[in-house]
Amino acid sequence: MALLDVNNLSISFGGLRAVDNFKINIEKGELYGLIGPNGAGKTTVFNLLTGVYKPNEGIIRLDGEDITRKSTIEINHAGIARTFQNIRLFKNMPVIDNVKVGLSERFKYSSLEGILHMGSYRRVEKEMNEEAMRLLKVFDLDGECETLAANLPYGKQRKLEIARAMATNPKLLLLDEPAAGMNPNETGELMDTIALVRKEFDMTILLIEHDMKLVSGICEKLTVLNFGRVLCQGETKEVLANPEVITAYLGE
Amino acid sequence: MSKQTKQNLITYGIVIVAYIIVEILILTGNLSSHMKGLLVPMTYYAVIAVALNLCVGILGELSIGHCGFMCLGAFSSAFFSKLTENSLPTVPRFIIAFIIGIAVAGLFGFLIGIPVLRLKGDYLAIVTLAFGEIIKNVINAFYVGVDSKGLHFSMKSSMELGMEKDGNIIINGAMGITGTPHNSSFTVGVIVLLISLFVVQNLINSRDGRAIMAIRDNYIAAEATGINVTGYKMMAFTISAAIAGAAGVLFSHNITTLTASSQYFGYNASIMILVYVVLGGIGNIRGSVIAACILYLLPELLRGFSNYRMLIYSIVLIVMMIVNWSPKVIEWRKRTFGRLNLKRGAKEVA
Amino acid sequence: MSFLTYLINGLSLGSIYAIIALGYTMVYGIAKMLNFAHGDFIMVGCYIIFSVSSALSGNSAVGIIVAIILCTILGVTTEFVAYRPLRGAASPLAVLITAIGVSYLLENIALLIYGADIKSFSSVIKWEGVSFADGQLKIQGVTIVTIVVSIVILIALQLFINKTKQGQAMLAASEDKGAATLMGINVNRTIALTFAIGSALAAIAGALLCSAYPSLSPYTGAMPGIKAFVAAVLGGIGSIPGAMIGGLVLGIVEILSKTYISSQLSDAIVFGILVIVLLVKPTGILGKVVQEKV
Repeated sequence: MALLDVNNLSISFGGLRAVDNFKINIEKGELYGLIGPNGAGKTTVFNLLTGVYKPNEGIIRLDGEDITRKSTIEINHAGIARTFQNIRLFKNMPVIDNVKVGLSERFKYSSLEGILHMGSYRRVEKEMNEEAMRLLKVFDLDGECETLAANLPYGKQRKLEIARAMATNPKLLLLDEPAAGMNPNETGELMDTIALVRKEFDMTILLIEHDMKLVSGICEKLTVLNFGRVLCQGETKEVLANPEVITAYLGE
Repeated sequence: MSKQTKQNLITYGIVIVAYIIVEILILTGNLSSHMKGLLVPMTYYAVIAVALNLCVGILGELSIGHCGFMCLGAFSSAFFSKLTENSLPTVPRFIIAFIIGIAVAGLFGFLIGIPVLRLKGDYLAIVTLAFGEIIKNVINAFYVGVDSKGLHFSMKSSMELGMEKDGNIIINGAMGITGTPHNSSFTVGVIVLLISLFVVQNLINSRDGRAIMAIRDNYIAAEATGINVTGYKMMAFTISAAIAGAAGVLFSHNITTLTASSQYFGYNASIMILVYVVLGGIGNIRGSVIAACILYLLPELLRGFSNYRMLIYSIVLIVMMIVNWSPKVIEWRKRTFGRLNLKRGAKEVA
Repeated sequence: MSFLTYLINGLSLGSIYAIIALGYTMVYGIAKMLNFAHGDFIMVGCYIIFSVSSALSGNSAVGIIVAIILCTILGVTTEFVAYRPLRGAASPLAVLITAIGVSYLLENIALLIYGADIKSFSSVIKWEGVSFADGQLKIQGVTIVTIVVSIVILIALQLFINKTKQGQAMLAASEDKGAATLMGINVNRTIALTFAIGSALAAIAGALLCSAYPSLSPYTGAMPGIKAFVAAVLGGIGSIPGAMIGGLVLGIVEILSKTYISSQLSDAIVFGILVIVLLVKPTGILGKVVQEKV
């Protein structure tokens, strides 16, 4: 059974069918790319998958569970974490606290214990700190754990966003144009990070990307979206050789 | 000890040291009766400034109606104290009065928070102002009396209560409550302030506090990270209102005639608290306490200054906002300080 | 008959709210900020008229013109000095808190110059008004003038926005500042113009307000200002006809609730309307929905 199984997904905004009859099947452990020209509806698909928009039609199943009409929060708890095209960090909080916010569903104590700093507060906070540092170490951010997120350089902000998403212990990670605004060096480093996340956490990843080099370099499968519709789907090599895809990208 | 714990202890330390100094001044007879009269107000303004900073600095939503919650705390607790003045000993009565004032303000904070927190930014601010004014106006038109048959309520006039001759009017509309026992003291005020600080500072350094600040910084990302945005907003707002209620209890038990006047509970009073919070540093709890104390005492101490204080505060408020928040000024500061850092770096290398 | 009198009084007060709300709604629509000090511009206008007419022994026409000019300058200056530096600030609260600061500043300057005591303002409209039905229904001159002025202003603003280049630039800037800039529109100048118009309207509203309710203090403008914002929200922020409708509804509700329910509770009722509108239809009667992009 596929980890993510989406069928017949559609949404309209005032007459415009932004996503039309979208389907995708992602197996556990796959690194899957969602590509397409600007305005093809890629981010809209992400927003549908994470419950930011509610679809007009269609069904989304994660690990067999129907999550179609659930809220963003419930979907995160069900096991989908994401990053954003325009980085959205908790800017005025230290790096480590960004990750600890992601951890707070797994490391719990009651609000009263939190306010009184009593009961399991100390123990859980300690465990939480250790887990956060372990995660930050994977992303090579442990040296800057006390820095405010806003003060990190761009590439590290991207990494922190991925680290925060991983802190929620997802089954599926959605990356929205992770290489946007990066130079070739940073892109290379990012590819390493993504490879690392797969290896370290055995993670299933769906990523939106413009950078063809990155896509062809790491994705095993691709779905090409054009005008809200699936143009082509399958193994990366076959998809990239498809003449329709080339036309969509390069024009007639 | 973590850095945060150390910072929190410093805050408690400052309050305690200030308290000891003031007590010594009182014992040695070095404090005028005028000054002594300012001590309790100083503590309740510090308490409500802490409450408002939780809302503005930590939750990130501007409230200009917090004095409405203070008003609720003041009236509910004073009502209780008047009602039980002859039947309960002072200490337990005052403690229950606190619990009632805090609970009523917190309950209304919760109820008002349900609609208010669905809004954002400017709209949220103006609706808190609206609720503050509604609370004040309704209390001004509220009459409660007690006689042998029990409690009587009216929204029209004291005559409408239909009480027996020996009945006792407790809340008399715009004339408010008269003769609440004077139980507030500087010591009680400082204890309430310390408890408020304890609650707010601990909250900030907990799971819940981090979730609240995450919502402040980016609610869309917070949702995607699985944070219950509505729940945590409600929590912060309710706690903030409840602490404002505690300030209200101190207020009402320090004054002979309690009225829901604009001077103390209108939006202008709420804005005054906001001035304390902004000048003390948005999100800086310790700063709020210090700013509230200094800014409250200064005009009272410097005769002649009180005419100009609001003028000066408003100018300082505008200048501080521009210096701290203007994108151009921030960039300019970064450039200037960046250069300084470079120079320093160069020296180290040399 | 008395109901009709109250209704007309409500329309008159509502027209004043409408004129103030027009300034609020334009500024909010284009600069996307709540100018908390807008109500205090009204107060400044009133004091200017008061001072000029007492200096010229009662010539209020000159006073009104001077007030309009000075309020316009005040509005543009405030925008330039206090609000423009904060455009694009990381927190939307920054400019709101600054506006609160400006409001406090203006009130306290007035307090220092004129003192806290209430000045009695002599009406700028000397016309007695007209009587109907053997004097049972009397409509005051100021009431009629207020309603007429507000209608004239509404029509003039609609024509300005829809027919002139500057008006179109305002519309464009309210939709999308970035795109407007790319189209060659000077957004800063457009916003300044909006403040100029809004502040001039505040001066006119001040003259009418103090003619109908002739007591002037440093806090005269604050409450009408906030209520006018309620009117702007009720009508749909950013919408000019909306501000007019919102103002009229609010004025009528206030006068009728003062008369028939309780004068203590009339403000509570007015603010209750704001709360209900924002919950049921946050975009107001004529506003439109804007969604944040994820």
